[in-house]
Amino acid sequence: MSDAEPVKSIVTPTRLAYEYTATGTQARFLDEISRGRILGQRCPACHKVYVPARAVCPRCGVATTEPVEVPGRGTVTTFCVVRVPSENIHLKLPFVAAHILLDGADIPFFGLVGDCEASEVRMGMRVEAVWAPRETWGPTLANIRHFRPSGEPDVAFEKFKEHL
Amino acid sequence: MAENCAVIGVGQTQHDSKRIDVSQVGLVREAALRALEDAELDWKDIDALVIGKAPDLFEGVMMPELFLADALGGAGKPMLRVHTAGSVGGTTAIVAASLVQAGVHERVLTVAYEKQSESNAMWALSIQLPFQQGVVAGAGGYFAPLIRAYIRRANAPEDTGIRVALKDRLNALKNPYAHLKFPGITFEQVAQSPMLWDPIRYLETCPSSDGACAMVLGNAKAAKRAPHKSAWVHATAMRTEPTQFAGRDQVNPRAGKDCAKELYAKAGITRPRQDIDCAEIYVPFSWFEPMWMENLGFAPEHEGWKMTYEGATALGGDMPVNMSGGVLSSNPIGASGMLRFAEAANQVRGLAGEHQVEGTRRALGHAYGGGSQYFSMWIVGDQPL
Amino acid sequence: MREVAVVSFAQTPYVRRERGRSEVEMLLPVIGQAIERSGIPKSEIGFTCSGSSDYIAGQAFAFVSAVDALGAWPPISESHVEMDGAWALYEAWVKIQCGHADSALVFAFGRASMGTLPETLTMQLDPYTLQPLGVDAVSLAALQARALLDAGLCTERDMAEVAMRSRRDAKRNAFAQLKGDYEVAKILSEPHLISPLRKHDCPPISDGAAAVVIAAGDLARSKCRRPAWIRGIDHRIEPHQPGFRDLTVSPSTTLAAHKAGAASAPLDLAELHAPFTHQELILRRALALPAAVRINPSGGPLAANPMMAAGLVRIGEAAQRIHDRDAGRALAHATQGHCLQQNLVCVLEGE
Repeated sequence: MSDAEPVKSIVTPTRLAYEYTATGTQARFLDEISRGRILGQRCPACHKVYVPARAVCPRCGVATTEPVEVPGRGTVTTFCVVRVPSENIHLKLPFVAAHILLDGADIPFFGLVGDCEASEVRMGMRVEAVWAPRETWGPTLANIRHFRPSGEPDVAFEKFKEHL
Repeated sequence: MAENCAVIGVGQTQHDSKRIDVSQVGLVREAALRALEDAELDWKDIDALVIGKAPDLFEGVMMPELFLADALGGAGKPMLRVHTAGSVGGTTAIVAASLVQAGVHERVLTVAYEKQSESNAMWALSIQLPFQQGVVAGAGGYFAPLIRAYIRRANAPEDTGIRVALKDRLNALKNPYAHLKFPGITFEQVAQSPMLWDPIRYLETCPSSDGACAMVLGNAKAAKRAPHKSAWVHATAMRTEPTQFAGRDQVNPRAGKDCAKELYAKAGITRPRQDIDCAEIYVPFSWFEPMWMENLGFAPEHEGWKMTYEGATALGGDMPVNMSGGVLSSNPIGASGMLRFAEAANQVRGLAGEHQVEGTRRALGHAYGGGSQYFSMWIVGDQPL
Repeated sequence: MREVAVVSFAQTPYVRRERGRSEVEMLLPVIGQAIERSGIPKSEIGFTCSGSSDYIAGQAFAFVSAVDALGAWPPISESHVEMDGAWALYEAWVKIQCGHADSALVFAFGRASMGTLPETLTMQLDPYTLQPLGVDAVSLAALQARALLDAGLCTERDMAEVAMRSRRDAKRNAFAQLKGDYEVAKILSEPHLISPLRKHDCPPISDGAAAVVIAAGDLARSKCRRPAWIRGIDHRIEPHQPGFRDLTVSPSTTLAAHKAGAASAPLDLAELHAPFTHQELILRRALALPAAVRINPSGGPLAANPMMAAGLVRIGEAAQRIHDRDAGRALAHATQGHCLQQNLVCVLEGE
């Protein structure tokens, strides 16, 4: 009818299902983390340790070979304080999203820092992993809920600045 | 060996958070028709199409150029679709230019766009994939720690970012196409806007926009027939480095430095700050201005913030940056890179209206994407090189 | 125009479901082999370009992780198209024509097994008028087959013969996925999958990756015993809406072939990216290929159809036949979009 309003938009609900597979190195990493262990992998060419373990060294373009376990303990190299609501974050606002260089790793790990005021977090702060209850562990990084200050003395900027 | 390539037409849409008055087709045509009009050409005068946009999940269409090509006069023509993350608008322009430079085509229409209000760009950017570390707290949450690292390394005054945002937002008031416009904006308003991902505040952040940009590129013969002044492509360059690797400097990425180095060498530029008259660079969060000033060699390392402080990057400064208001004012992600390249071209052509830098003879267009790992740049000048 | 040749080609064996390796792990050996076989050191490759699709990979920016397989350090000049790798090769070819590089690495990958491909490809339609209809890729192809049959331009037997020949020839291809001896009569006795297409008329779902190195003039000659020279390369697109086109012909293929100079000399073989049997018949007619021209000695997409790479594989396979002195002049074709909407033709020749 000529009186009808022109259609300005339509909504087409779409649903596509994808099957993601964890393979080789990734699967090993997830297996280990389901047992409370953090696995890195070393590149045979540049000898750097990647955490989480990855199959290929991005810098050298070769397969990484040697598995290296690293502790759930490290240094905050840099961070930001998040004040916008974000999905799937269990920490209250404001929370800290940080680059955490785990001891023995050559590349920082993204993690959340909690159990302290956001204003307390600083570059060089030492942190340790806070794990979810053991009985909930599965093949997922979510086993590490967040990191908290470990109480150790800060690391000097000079010592970690190359990782920034 | 290569032919000269000129920008003979530029067009862009009115950028806005939701262009509900047009479909994706209408959006790209708005920009394309303006570019054609600027060049006084018709669809049939175009030999090939090069389309660029960021992830297809943003609009919910796989390879949308397939359905858009018709609307851009594409039937029977070659059509390419480039996707290099945030830098895509720039890369698309470079691919289009190379078709002319290679002598394959005489006139190429290149269009980049994003209609983020269709589907859900924010969702697409933060899909939590199984087995992988999620991007915690979006792009802001990704870049904010890097900005903090820059501030520390450079000992930069904490309000540098505020100054950049103020400048770009004031510039936007002179750009009729800009999405975000805050008439009468002040330093205090920016400083007091909510802190989102410390140290990034709300008014220091880019918007999510619907928008498109188009250019008509032509060879010397086409430029001769063009009604307005052309901007000649002096040089183009692209560089990629891996997202994450041990020892990677994400604050001052080597890929950006190497890209600029090649660009300047090809364009015969030895003193970037003096030889280039103005620049349109990809600044989605205010602090990227000082960071890119260093990365591009306009300022020594750790001194990029001084350029902002001194007013060097303001419209009246000696190296105006983002005269259009930049990405902080309009960010249709797929188009943002091309907008930088197109605005640089319009500066050279003397067609930048109220945000024109008088006497521009050489301008830089810059785009980056991903985890600061993809860089595309071009230098345009008022004469062929 | 500079002389540019395909100097090497490598591919993964194609499988229904790649479970053991991620895209990066699949790409690593293929890129390594292509570079090694080219004789050009990785650090001297002037440009890299890849083809892939986020929707196939089920994530935004899917190509970013592929960069890890390149060892892109120091930083490289690199680009990406959200298209089949054949178009990535085109972009790289143009780059060399400009003189911005003398050699290029081109690669493509796809793991279509992750999703439900025919449904994923529904997303490859006009979102306002076609996507909401929910029509899948096989149904659209079936419409085209129906049009071809009704026009009297082919029979279901002709289609079955394409299927039979492709999978028989694939027996000689170590990388092919679907291979074997099928009888036409038996194929024809099977029920339709989506009429008039039977299962055998359709390509397999394949996971895989491929890489090619191209190089200019003297560099190609110095590294490759018998470079496969790209004598012509062109691509064209047709209107998107199936209702706007005559689905029984492929004018974009004809035009691209004309622009690429396909008919300027006799061809020994043609690698055609025809995922459905009836599409091969359309393409053969569009290219006016004489009966003597061997079609898809590799088995073609009916034997292995790695999404986003199948077109590049046609170019690689055609080039390989020239490298191996199995052919002197070959045509490779690639397609994108439903019902052969967009087509690329590449003419290769050995000296």
